Amino acid sequence: MSHDRIKDDCSAHNRQWEELYRNRAQYDKVVRSTHGVNCTGGCSWMVHVKDGIVGWELQANDYPQFDGTIPNHEPRGCTRGISFSWYLYSPLRVKHPYLRGALLDRWTEAKKLFADPVEAWASIVENPESRASYTGQRGMGGFRRGDWETATEIIAASSIYTAKKHGPDRVVGFSPIPAMSMISYAAGSRFLQLFGGVALSFYDWYCDLPPASPQVWGEQTDVNESADWYNASYIVLCGSNVPMTRTPDAHYLTEARYRGTKVVVMSPDYSMASKFADAWLPVEQGHDGAFWMALNHVILKEFYAERQVPFFEEYVTRYTDFPFLVELTPDVDKAPGAWRQGELLRAARFERSASLEHAEWCLCVADKSGEVRVPNGSLGSRWSKQEGNWNLDMKDVVDGAEIDPALTFLGQETRKVLFRFEGEKDALREVPVRRVATADGEIVVTTVFDLLMAQFGVSRGLSGDYPHGYDSDLPFTPKWQEKHTGIDAETLVKIAREWGENGEQSRGRNMIIIGAGVNHWYHNDLIYRAAITALILTGSVGRNGAGLAHYVGQEKVAPLSPWTSIAMAQDWVKGSRLQNTPTFWYMHSDQWRYDRNFVDYFKPETGDKMPMHAADFNAKAVRLGWLPFAPHFNANPLELLKQAKAEGCGDDDATRSWLVDRLKSGKTRFAVEDPDAPGNSPKVWFIWRGNAISASAKGHEFFLKHVLGAPNSSATAKEVAKGQVQDIVWHEKAPEAKVDLVVDLNFRMDTSTLYSDIVLPAATWYEKSDLNTTDMHSFVNCMDAAVPPSWESKSDWKIFSMIAKKVSELAATHLPTPVKDVIAAPLLHDTPGEIAQRTVQDWKLGECEPVPGKTMPNLAIVERDYVNLYNRFLSLGPGIGHLGSHGNYYDADDEHEKLLRELPNRSWNGKSFVDLADEKVVADVILSLAPETNGELAHRAYRNLEKRVGKPLAQIADGAREIRVKWEDVTQKPRRVINSPIWSGLVNGGRPYSPFTLNVEHLVPWRTLSGRQSLYLDHPYYREFHEGLPTFKGKLNPALLDETEGETGLVLNFLTPHGKWGIHSTYSDNLRMLTLSRGGQAVWLNHLDAAGAGIEDNEQIEVYNANGVVVCRSIVSSRIPRGAAVMYHAPERTLNIKKSKKSGKRGGVHNSLSRIRLKPTLMLGGYAQFSYYFNYWGPTGVNRDSYVVVRKLK
Amino acid sequence: MDVRAQIVMVFNLDKCIGCHTCSISCKNIWTDRQGAEYMWWNNVETKPGVGYPSQWEDQERFKGGWVVDGKKLKLKAMGKGPTLASMFFQPNMPRIEDYYEPFDFDYGNLAGAKESKDQPVAEAFSQISGKKIEEIQGGPNWDDDLSGSQVYAAKDLNLKDKKVIESYDSMFMQYLPRICNHCLNPACVASCPSRALYKRGEDGIVLVDQEVCKGWRFCTSACPYKKVYYNWNTGKAEKCIFCYPRVETGQCNACAHSCVGRIRYVGVLLYDADAVEAAALKGDAELVEAHRDVILDPRDPEVCRMARENGISDQWLDAAVASPVYALVKEFRVALPLHPEFRTLPMAYYIPSLSPVLSTWGDTHKLLEHGMIPALETLRVPIGYLASLLSGGNEGIIEEALKKLIALRVQMRAENLRLPADPALLKEAGLDEAAAKKLYRLFTVAGYNERNVIPPQQREEQDPERRKQEAGFGILKKTRGGAK
Repeated sequence: MSHDRIKDDCSAHNRQWEELYRNRAQYDKVVRSTHGVNCTGGCSWMVHVKDGIVGWELQANDYPQFDGTIPNHEPRGCTRGISFSWYLYSPLRVKHPYLRGALLDRWTEAKKLFADPVEAWASIVENPESRASYTGQRGMGGFRRGDWETATEIIAASSIYTAKKHGPDRVVGFSPIPAMSMISYAAGSRFLQLFGGVALSFYDWYCDLPPASPQVWGEQTDVNESADWYNASYIVLCGSNVPMTRTPDAHYLTEARYRGTKVVVMSPDYSMASKFADAWLPVEQGHDGAFWMALNHVILKEFYAERQVPFFEEYVTRYTDFPFLVELTPDVDKAPGAWRQGELLRAARFERSASLEHAEWCLCVADKSGEVRVPNGSLGSRWSKQEGNWNLDMKDVVDGAEIDPALTFLGQETRKVLFRFEGEKDALREVPVRRVATADGEIVVTTVFDLLMAQFGVSRGLSGDYPHGYDSDLPFTPKWQEKHTGIDAETLVKIAREWGENGEQSRGRNMIIIGAGVNHWYHNDLIYRAAITALILTGSVGRNGAGLAHYVGQEKVAPLSPWTSIAMAQDWVKGSRLQNTPTFWYMHSDQWRYDRNFVDYFKPETGDKMPMHAADFNAKAVRLGWLPFAPHFNANPLELLKQAKAEGCGDDDATRSWLVDRLKSGKTRFAVEDPDAPGNSPKVWFIWRGNAISASAKGHEFFLKHVLGAPNSSATAKEVAKGQVQDIVWHEKAPEAKVDLVVDLNFRMDTSTLYSDIVLPAATWYEKSDLNTTDMHSFVNCMDAAVPPSWESKSDWKIFSMIAKKVSELAATHLPTPVKDVIAAPLLHDTPGEIAQRTVQDWKLGECEPVPGKTMPNLAIVERDYVNLYNRFLSLGPGIGHLGSHGNYYDADDEHEKLLRELPNRSWNGKSFVDLADEKVVADVILSLAPETNGELAHRAYRNLEKRVGKPLAQIADGAREIRVKWEDVTQKPRRVINSPIWSGLVNGGRPYSPFTLNVEHLVPWRTLSGRQSLYLDHPYYREFHEGLPTFKGKLNPALLDETEGETGLVLNFLTPHGKWGIHSTYSDNLRMLTLSRGGQAVWLNHLDAAGAGIEDNEQIEVYNANGVVVCRSIVSSRIPRGAAVMYHAPERTLNIKKSKKSGKRGGVHNSLSRIRLKPTLMLGGYAQFSYYFNYWGPTGVNRDSYVVVRKLK
Repeated sequence: MDVRAQIVMVFNLDKCIGCHTCSISCKNIWTDRQGAEYMWWNNVETKPGVGYPSQWEDQERFKGGWVVDGKKLKLKAMGKGPTLASMFFQPNMPRIEDYYEPFDFDYGNLAGAKESKDQPVAEAFSQISGKKIEEIQGGPNWDDDLSGSQVYAAKDLNLKDKKVIESYDSMFMQYLPRICNHCLNPACVASCPSRALYKRGEDGIVLVDQEVCKGWRFCTSACPYKKVYYNWNTGKAEKCIFCYPRVETGQCNACAHSCVGRIRYVGVLLYDADAVEAAALKGDAELVEAHRDVILDPRDPEVCRMARENGISDQWLDAAVASPVYALVKEFRVALPLHPEFRTLPMAYYIPSLSPVLSTWGDTHKLLEHGMIPALETLRVPIGYLASLLSGGNEGIIEEALKKLIALRVQMRAENLRLPADPALLKEAGLDEAAAKKLYRLFTVAGYNERNVIPPQQREEQDPERRKQEAGFGILKKTRGGAK
């Protein structure tokens, strides 16, 4: 270039035009906020405002540093987040309240006839024609702009009407994962709980809850923050596409590689993550478990049998159930001389320990001399009056003596034990045993470790049906796994050896980053348990840089205890109406009617008194107090309690007995047994912060049909449950349009909005104040208003307070005095309820008496004060002083007193309360009362825990006691949480959070039966399904799923992994994301599969099965495996969708092709870690075992 | 020696996660307006793929960049004849379908649709014509993640063997983020008949003067990277401005700021403007080395003296010493120019990426023999592919860079696990322990201000007192009567 085209003169005169772009880049102010979307990013953003308009956003880069050896967090935030500003002023924005036109007409007419809004509502919904005039138009356009007054009046009237007519437990609400905007979540849930409505769970519904975590650890989920990946020296990604779905964290993976960390990616497609792999393993989708089983075989053989690694042995002896004793029972029916795996041996069986409190819940080991001993830490010691024995010391609870436990009985007697594996011959394998004398005679026992060795096929010189070597095609060898995974045995052995070596060399810094690609299969718990076994065998749980980093939907409300109290209104009412959503919608969207007996595809050994249909199983689970169900009864709970009083019940105990008698006699029934009865369905459905009808609705078309009555459902499945269900009442015609009113608070016109009756304009994330936390990092972030709510929008908190106000106004007439309500709540984890059911006994079958809280649900009697509902909503109630979660607790009355002085007050009925009208005050309350942000409370909570544990713990809070984080602090910069016993990880000294480090370093037990990490699940139902030990079961057989019956075209396994251009459906309709992708709904196909069906890239295709129809465009690519159709989660059916040739209607969305299938082993309850808690336990909404037909749209 | 300073960006492709956050931050701030909808000053491409605009690398078609004509450089598209002939018609310029027709959706229909028998949708329409689009046919990232691999990836000019992407044994993909390269020998600047384009003396940023530009569009054709765009609304050319309003005020470019993969580095390079043309005349395989030779050592006293003579401030010289870009380009020789054979001497540099080991695909998927950290010979991405992109076909240059990354990983693994290290491996890769530590830090724990060393720009030359006094720094551009 000639030099004359370099302009050295930069004076304003010569290059004044440059002001043009400078002006564009200028802004008036910057406000820190974040995105309340259902992702785990938790990113802090700086929103740039110019002329009162949000111009753009850029990431904050002022996160506090770790200790300097680990990369810091900036700049967290991805392509989706940075697109958010588009939404604020786009034509997609919900700017005003909207009402379905026909509904508004009916309302206007009714209001002319009835001055009272509740009577007006009754006149509409009690007239079938009038009701159908608007329910039949759901989703078909015809919205009309309304006003706040009308909208809230209809909502309040319908809610009050429902409470009076059917019961408040017919008013339900769904909002996803709270953590990303926890106050907005709390807005709706607080209203519902004060009302007596139902909060629907999300984590299990999304199938993001990994049931293996409760099974093995008694923990919902606890994971490493992403910075801790950097400490791992061997990372396997399995069903997790880190750059795509954990975008802001991905740099820790790429950076760990420069530290020499080996990265293995298991993914059936050549995914974004595969780019970062050292080794990419295209494991057959859904069969990752086979790979892990075989890897464990190699580890057990080479690192446990042929050679012992002291570090590994010490680890499994102290921290796992390996040394615990299992009783073997003769099983002559199956084979001569065969024995069968029995229960974990209980202290109650021995004279010396039978008198221990909860001896049935105390487990046994054998010491090296063969004596049976009862170590500290079993669940029994968690709930005994005698405190101080609930710890991981190998000391005998009976006499306090040290125990040197035997891991194996190898070299002594053996028995042949029966092992059953799916799709394989039964195996009789010799297992080392001991005979021990119990109070009622001699029995044969072995250790969990010895059983595990046999299960995995490592013979250690024992005889029986063991594989002879890696080449033998028997469970669970490297050769055996080839047919399931497609991975060569030699490659597996190589990876397994590296895994073992790294575990040894790094002292347990192996890590598995795992997610939806694995967790969404029917047998996800088995795949996870196989992977967890590989971690446990290498001492890689409870250390930094180690463990099961489960990332899907796992957001963490860091200040959990005060948040729960406020969100569930426990500051006013103890006892919450919480519902696990998978079974709720399985029943209420009538998907059970289309589901055949589960025993066809998931077979128990004998089915001993076990229902064979998931709906029946669920009914059993509800009546035994394993799972909740709303509505509870086939009668209005308010009316029931009135009747009890009328019939002379003077107090709560009498009322409970009265109700138990009615249930026993059948006068009152659980509503779950007749979900299609007109009074037993949900009537008012609130949706906020989410896309409940589309992105979340597994079996979307069944929702359209049965829940909404929308005319364009494309479900064609047959009602095969007829004649199969036993306990559930069968109605010949399934109801449609079960719900009277659907209310959606939203800032965008998404699919749920389109199908709702009332749409309320919600403030966006740049227009309101809230708190934001995640488990991908350990900071508390603020969401804050860069601009005021645009147009007529309001924050969720404000909207629900308006609804609450209206409800209280109408209550003055309709429910003028406080009334009693009864909550049927299941036996809860982390309460003594988890040791309620030593054996499965069904009162309905006469096997025991119905006893609330023991053999059936707890019956909590609470008071509803509808007239003061609004006052309570906006006032911090007196119950706030006593807080806790996960079985930990602490008092905070003094902090509450302080808040009353510091924060604005609200007075009514002669008392003063902290005024919660302003979300920023709510934020201050939460932060002030959480051990994670208040060091004094952390100290207190540890103090309480150390009494139970019997070991010093309070020192963990040292150095942090003075820390108080307030709202103003988090608006300045992200603030890191502090150590708290509510969580199992430790973060002091710039240390990244890794779960279970509290357990490993301070010997606090896991919240399981043994108190240890549990590889053996001895509940009889697990043994019935041969899932007591980790095992492998493959994808469900498509022939048994009733989805593609008789179809001969291109039939593919339908996969919906999380995508690149949306966070679920949010952003998927954002013009930025649509522009950078293919501009709308698409399904990815392998190039050979597509060619076979005559489909080219970017053609209109139709994808269908018995569940529904999708119309979209094709993306043809060689990186997709043959046999799979990939539709990234989650698009909207609102954008440029064509009509289906098959149904003649507008094509649906990914969930049009899915439906719910419940795994019954996840419905158990009242038994140690298999006990219910909200979002902790229950069957999950699996969706990967699904098949579709793909053809050109012609 | 004519010492000049430029502010320059490096991209570590080994870390790029292909998320496109950079593209949106740029779009939000700079091109979110009519006439610029289709412009992506920053875009990210999947490789193999055809990119944006489609097949921009094909200079047989687009005729961008320079060619050596005897002993002189000549713009590929322009002799004297064609210039006049193409004054009103740019035959080599990409058409809108080579970019894509920018689309939008009738979102308002969702709340506004009348009651009907079927569900309403928001249909697509063109942002240019306003007409309905039945089928969207293209976008700025249409072949993302090997979308339509048989149609697009297979057409990648750098990919010699198309079969590679069809088989699980050998398939690969990587990402290539692209901005304007702010070249040392910019073809766009040379091509402009109005002299609207220029390279800023103080920082090397190449700009189109929006007051001078007449919309001839020679620049659009001449840029071999297709990073100058035509705004159909204003009738002027526009391009990446290296976020000069941000950089001038010590802020990092929006794209680099938002790079959540932390792949980008911004810093100063000193170069000898007198050496540029000779370097551009070298043969393809020598271009990278010649390009490196143009870059000067900021620690060399003679360079500093000459720099000061040219008005380069001490603060810029300090920044040049602390420059992560200098370290990666010159010191460690791992960052390479994109398509140096276009001979514009691009001033954006790329660190090539490692990749997974190859496998053999019979009945089962079997990985090639490899160690804990796979060696160069076993990696999936063909060296020739990377050489075609980043070294004018010189495979040795690619191997040198990748070997450094591998040796670094082996070394750090040993340190991490306290295992004996093999110093020979480092040495063979051209590193020692100190160098490895520095490189490691840059790739990992280096924070925002280490990855981006933005020199302060002194603006007091621009009549500061008057500007400070005027209300609003430029709002009152014109006094009554229109005088400036």
